[in-house]
Amino acid sequence: MLEIKNVYKTFTRKGITIEALKGVSLKVEKGDIFGVIGYSGAGKSTLIRLANYLERPTEGQVFVDGFDLGEYSANELREAKKNIGMIFQHFNLLESKKVFDNVAIPLVLLKKSKEEIRQRVTELLEFVGLSDKAGSYPSELSGGQKQRVGIARALATNPSLLLCDEATSALDPQTTQSILQLLKRINAEYNITVLIITHEMSVIQEICNKVAVMEEGKIIEQGSVLEVFGHPRHQTTQNFVKTVIHNELTASVQQSIKAEHGRRLVKLHFLGESTTEPVLYEMVRAYDIKFNILFANTTEIQEKTLVTMILQFSGEAAEIGKALEFLEQHEIGIEEVDDNVFDHSNR
Amino acid sequence: MFSTTVTGEQFMQAIIETIQMVGISLFVGSLIGIPFGILLVVTRPGGVLENRAVYAILNPVINIVRSLPFIILLVAIVPFTRFIVGTSIGTSAAIVPLIIYIAPYIGRLVENSLLEVNPGIMEAAESMGATPFQVIRYFLLPEAVGSLILSLTTATVGLIGATAMAGTVGGGGVGDLAIVYGYQRFDTVVVIATVLILVVLVQGIQSLGNTLARKIRRY
Ligand SMILES: Nc1ncnc2c1ncn2[C@@H]1O[C@H](COP(=O)(O)OP(=O)(O)OP(=O)(O)O)[C@@H](O)[C@H]1O
Ligand SMILES: [Mg+2]
Repeated sequence: MLEIKNVYKTFTRKGITIEALKGVSLKVEKGDIFGVIGYSGAGKSTLIRLANYLERPTEGQVFVDGFDLGEYSANELREAKKNIGMIFQHFNLLESKKVFDNVAIPLVLLKKSKEEIRQRVTELLEFVGLSDKAGSYPSELSGGQKQRVGIARALATNPSLLLCDEATSALDPQTTQSILQLLKRINAEYNITVLIITHEMSVIQEICNKVAVMEEGKIIEQGSVLEVFGHPRHQTTQNFVKTVIHNELTASVQQSIKAEHGRRLVKLHFLGESTTEPVLYEMVRAYDIKFNILFANTTEIQEKTLVTMILQFSGEAAEIGKALEFLEQHEIGIEEVDDNVFDHSNR
Repeated sequence: MFSTTVTGEQFMQAIIETIQMVGISLFVGSLIGIPFGILLVVTRPGGVLENRAVYAILNPVINIVRSLPFIILLVAIVPFTRFIVGTSIGTSAAIVPLIIYIAPYIGRLVENSLLEVNPGIMEAAESMGATPFQVIRYFLLPEAVGSLILSLTTATVGLIGATAMAGTVGGGGVGDLAIVYGYQRFDTVVVIATVLILVVLVQGIQSLGNTLARKIRRY
């Protein structure tokens, strides 16, 4: 669907060069809701603007449906853009035109007949739930309504890819929810692939099936949302995951833990299958160890359950090692919790 | 002191001449100035029809003409005026320098109005695959209409001021009346009357422009 291949992008302004992207590769498959997350200045906007060539790569290639956008003539590129819708953080609606005419614009550009435009716009406004606002001006709408107009406009030409640059960042949590649900519906009902840029992990958790984490012009981690949330490798990713999944010990629990000899603190991530099987039970039956659950949390992502637990094991070091191996064989993610964190209490 | 030799008809005549001069030079000036303004915006670096050569020529030319005070321009282009209208005296002779004066001014004002358009709109246009012409026609101009009306209002007010100076070449109009009768013949009534006429004219045009702009903007 969309493939970004080893792209570098440098901006030069007043003699200063900024490397916004440093060798980024990314593959969005048909039907995906692909999220890209990163802190401000990471290069997210630059990345998404590559997908419809609002930004040309300094180096590398961008393929849409297998065609290299760089090989297109200006005309072919304009044609290709009709197949890629885009919505914006600040909506970018024409203030001088009514909602109806805003949604109609892409069709007017295509010189469609009045009747065809009327029909399509009516249908789109109904889909986004704004039939009664056709005659309003954007200035008379709330932020959420404006974004719905933006979405209707982006869908007018029946694109197969929808680009969303911080589409919910200017909206309150409730409105964000409704816009995300709308994007989900678009993906499911119209089979439109969605690429969404955000700095909020909750957006990713809510609707994405895949995620890429960006930092300083690079993608530092990517994969299915379940995988990345389950086993965040990079510190930045862990920080993002932390914002939606609580997986740290509370202060009072930390205080009460005595990092004694022969005990180990381990964080476990149960994903998919492993959540429905009595793995822990089998573990204690097979190995001579004890454990104490200090923390447990369940989160739902992609209609799957992700369980995070922090266990304190006690017993023979070798036996604990074997038990952990057993868990790993059952596809349970294991992360050693640094004992030092708690050491202050007995030093 | 409160007597005057100027008749009511002369006043009417002068008002009509002023309106003629302003109307015609505004119309022709806009025909030249608006495209100039659009060209300045689309050919500038980063514009939808970026063109260094066009921009590098147009920009300074407009600056040069704009830097001449109208009264100098008026005298400086007398030969050109004579070439165009066959005379350098009278209302039609005044219109030529008025147009040359106002066209670049309108160009600048239009440029400013268009630059005010939210860059996000241009980005949206680009993302839809609009051609440069479509960007101008369906995005840039509609979004700037309110501001353009205010710009033209400013240009009109500037023109009224300039027409007064056109009296120097016998251009006629309200300004001419004030200079010939009021100033040179110490006719206070004429001076006061022309001042009043000009104030009413400028006020009227400004509020018309404001009302129109507000109606169109709706935001
Ligand atoms: N047109 C441009 N000219 C010069 N520098 C640019 C341009 N666009 C982006 N940059 C620079 O590239 C870097 C990445 O910017 P980008 O907008 O892609 O970040 P972002 O991840 O979208 O950030 P944010 O979350 O704040 O939107 C920044 O350092 C920015 O200053
Ligand atoms: Mg951004």
